[in-house]
Amino acid sequence: MRIDFLYWSGCPSHPEARELLREVLGARGLDAEVVEREVGSVEEARELSFPGSPTIRVDGRDVDPAGASARPALTCRIYHLPDGQVSPVPSREQLEEALA
Amino acid sequence: MTEAPQFDLPGVDGQNHSLDSYGEAEALVLVQSCNHCPYVQAWESRLSAIARDFADRGVRVVAVNSNDVSSHPEDSFEEMQKRASAEGFAFDYLYDEPQAVARALGAERTPEVFVYDRDRQLVYHGAIDDSREEDGVSQQYLRDALAAVLSGQEPPLSETPAVGCTVKWK
Repeated sequence: MRIDFLYWSGCPSHPEARELLREVLGARGLDAEVVEREVGSVEEARELSFPGSPTIRVDGRDVDPAGASARPALTCRIYHLPDGQVSPVPSREQLEEALA
Repeated sequence: MTEAPQFDLPGVDGQNHSLDSYGEAEALVLVQSCNHCPYVQAWESRLSAIARDFADRGVRVVAVNSNDVSSHPEDSFEEMQKRASAEGFAFDYLYDEPQAVARALGAERTPEVFVYDRDRQLVYHGAIDDSREEDGVSQQYLRDALAAVLSGQEPPLSETPAVGCTVKWK
């Protein structure tokens, strides 16, 4: 399993998302290859179809497919949680589902 | 002490709002804000609640969006009007296209709060509270600052770290 962890340093959410991903991987005992990449320019965001920070893809599939097609940009990504709240990081449930 | 910056900006209500137009307010809260940021969105219902809860005590809450629209079109004035209407903001929402207010405030994040007393001196700067998730809040920084200033006291904290997106400069 390969996990791409894309982030933009201008948004403060990636450390929290990285820690959450580590926790979920650890809890499931998964030995995944996590490849981190910092996105540093709009051109790079376009090239990577990066809709915001953080973006996490499991074997190429976005953990939140609904938000994956947003306009590529250097911005904080919005995650819509099942309870209706908005978050700058995916929920534990979204990560668990993506890793199932 | 730092004085509130002068401004005269268009609001989503179709009117211009200046610092002087809030002259009767016992306390003025300026919030560097925007549309697109998930941190702003996570906190904006709490900001509306604070605006409503303190309105009859003479507090005015004013959000200011200074973001560069060319990189973040979701933050355009038209989009501001749509969001304010959809979410039923209980605070004024102004558009700082020249980014002059953000520069004068020294703002870096959205949301970032600046509380001014009756003399328009800065008495609190920072976060609304201590948790992005509403059920995790244990410290009500903004509410505590307003309660203090309305009682003629100094806020328990004058500064906390603002957590949020960066201001999008031109």
